[in-house]
Amino acid sequence: MSSARAVEIEHLRVIRGGVEVLPDLSLHIETETVTGLLGPSGCGKTTLIRAIVGVQIVAGGNVTVLGKPAGSPALRRRIGYVTQAPSVYADLTVMQNLRYFAAVLRAPSRQIDQVLNAVALNDFADQLVGRLSGGQRARVSLATALLGEPELLVLDEPTVGLDPVLRHDLWEMFHALASQGSTLLVSSHVMDEAARCDQLLLMRNGRLIASTTPDELRRSTGAEDLEEAFLRLVKAPA
Amino acid sequence: MSPALVLATARRVLLQLRHDPRTVAMLLVVPCVLLVLLRYVFDGVPQTFDRVGTPVLGIFPFVVMFVVTSVATLRERSTGTLERLLTMPVAKLDLLGGYALAFGLIAVVQSVLAASLCLGLLGLDVQGPEWWLPVVAVLDGLLGMALGLFVSAFATTEFQAVQFMPAFVLPQFLLCGLFVPRNQMADVLHWLSDVLPLTYAVEAMTRITSGHLGGVFARDVAIIGAASVLALALGAATLRRRTP
Repeated sequence: MSSARAVEIEHLRVIRGGVEVLPDLSLHIETETVTGLLGPSGCGKTTLIRAIVGVQIVAGGNVTVLGKPAGSPALRRRIGYVTQAPSVYADLTVMQNLRYFAAVLRAPSRQIDQVLNAVALNDFADQLVGRLSGGQRARVSLATALLGEPELLVLDEPTVGLDPVLRHDLWEMFHALASQGSTLLVSSHVMDEAARCDQLLLMRNGRLIASTTPDELRRSTGAEDLEEAFLRLVKAPA
Repeated sequence: MSPALVLATARRVLLQLRHDPRTVAMLLVVPCVLLVLLRYVFDGVPQTFDRVGTPVLGIFPFVVMFVVTSVATLRERSTGTLERLLTMPVAKLDLLGGYALAFGLIAVVQSVLAASLCLGLLGLDVQGPEWWLPVVAVLDGLLGMALGLFVSAFATTEFQAVQFMPAFVLPQFLLCGLFVPRNQMADVLHWLSDVLPLTYAVEAMTRITSGHLGGVFARDVAIIGAASVLALALGAATLRRRTP
């Protein structure tokens, strides 16, 4: 595993709506890994993700992504971002959505079939996104982020509402992408997904409480079950 | 700015509209129906229809494009697609240009339809060159589009966006000189009407009716164009890549 860092954050401070969501956050994410970002809802996962993608106005600190300050124009081709709510056009078909975003990303059109395959939506290519189920819509949004073969994929709760088989397949794909040289940051509030990650970032109340691996987490907390391990960590005095 | 992305965006906006045939039908049919209505309201005084019909021909695309654009842009903001696009290698002008091109095309079809109806079946009498009617009408539509794009930044819900129509458009409608010549208004309102763009849209259309297409007409058309560019620039400034 390479030791290069895809994301390096020093003393990040973010204030949203008068509330200090991230008071002082420092962490790093190694390249070619699948890193899980876990924590209770409202702990600042999405804000951190927004800061990495470069859409969040920050109050202080440094966020370096793929060697450049977050939000640099040069990064716009190199990062794939999936928001929690699927951000695709409901009044277009799956194919029309992908064609448009492929044009914006200057991605070759053969990639459209590849990403459709990856999220198992080939049979729905000509369906209107607005008529798809929530899980299918989330997959259209994910497929869009895969276009352009980004070096860093940032996925905010991509597996919510997906059935176990599909979730399994997606995690396989995440690891396949990492082994091909991509870096993935996947947020989740479901601890059973933590076991599938190479690295774990655990957050609570806007602070990083652990940067670890699933094995280390089990060892340090003495809990076999990751959910239990996480609960012990969260309940421990900060 | 990339022509390919402007075209891709315009194509995408038109495809979205194609999945909403009712909206397209209303965009094209409603102005025509209203013009027919206007013609027969003034059935006994055809010269009034001649005076009012042309300005109204310019006001329709302005109003319709204003509403459609402000709702479409708001939707783009609230569904997260705008935020996603702005994390991608796309210039704000590509998006604005795409919207302008797509809605501009709709405005062309709408204006040509409405102008042909007025000049043909409804017997609108125009002294100046008739082909100027759709041209100025399309410019008015683009002006409405640019303003709609700009004000959508200040709406957080679709209810608010729709309310901007009476708030931004009706005052201009009252002050543009269609109901009362502007020099008969209270001074303050006269000055106010001087800085409202719809005033020049209506004045240009009126000049086509009367056939006096001199320097004032050219100035009016230039003002409509400049106001559109200004509103587009302000609209571009409201598209932020970073948000709080």
